[in-house]
Amino acid sequence: MMPELGKYAGTVLSAYAVSLLLLVLLVAASMIAARKAARALKDAEERRRNG
Amino acid sequence: MGSVWEYANPVKFSRTVSKVLPFVSVGALACLAVGLVWGFFFTPEDYRQGSTVKIIYLHVPAAMVAINAWLMMLVASLIWLVRRHHVSALAARAAAPVGLVMTLIALATGAIWGQPMWGTWWAWDPRLTSFLILTLFYLGYIALWEALEDPDTAADLTSVLCLVGSVFAILSRYAVNFWNQGLHQGASVMRVEAVTGADTEEKVSNIFFAPLMVCMAGFVLLFLALVLLRTRTEIHRRRLKAIEARERMA
Repeated sequence: MMPELGKYAGTVLSAYAVSLLLLVLLVAASMIAARKAARALKDAEERRRNG
Repeated sequence: MGSVWEYANPVKFSRTVSKVLPFVSVGALACLAVGLVWGFFFTPEDYRQGSTVKIIYLHVPAAMVAINAWLMMLVASLIWLVRRHHVSALAARAAAPVGLVMTLIALATGAIWGQPMWGTWWAWDPRLTSFLILTLFYLGYIALWEALEDPDTAADLTSVLCLVGSVFAILSRYAVNFWNQGLHQGASVMRVEAVTGADTEEKVSNIFFAPLMVCMAGFVLLFLALVLLRTRTEIHRRRLKAIEARERMA
């Protein structure tokens, strides 16, 4: 299944590894921050409603 | 049909994001999966670059999004400066980390590709240098947002910084046209001449072009999904701060 990358295998694979790692970190950080902010806001709004 | 300015209302914007985001996210994931698998596994080696041509599926879309993210921030900043819509300032803020990561991917993949092809990781070439300066502008923009306590002052100052940085975003794209020197080749994917039929320059072969277009669509959709998500997060944070400030006053 793995394509023949020849003498540039290290080059190609490292480019993909770095890029995908950065993308995964960005998406994960964005999702975690979104959940955290939504939860904190929900708690604060409930606090406000309950006086 | 409603006006686009309706979305300047944070509540309306957040509701729309909740509806649209799943579709954009699935679209991004599908395009990225198809484009990258197609490009990596099912395209041949280039006769000059060998298998390093497969880096094009990451490098070109990331560089394109990095430059256009700044231009999107410019439009959002101008809307803030002219119309004072908070959502536009928050959208610009939300886009900056996404744009920064795209510049880092473009720089990293470019360096990794350049080492075997050009014989160097880096050259002070007009396009590379303007791209590096754009990266520094991204860092400065994010730092300025973080450094200022008052959100409106932060939005004003970052908007001005965004206007200045736009010069380098444009240079990143067109530097090779202004200065006909350096290692980086000119545009070989999106060119006016290619559309008008007057094109005699070397361009990307069709066998690489089709998966590249799918990857570019994937990166654009990913950018859109992340900006929508992060803008909604900024709106939630802003609302939370307002509630907490009211609680402290009570």
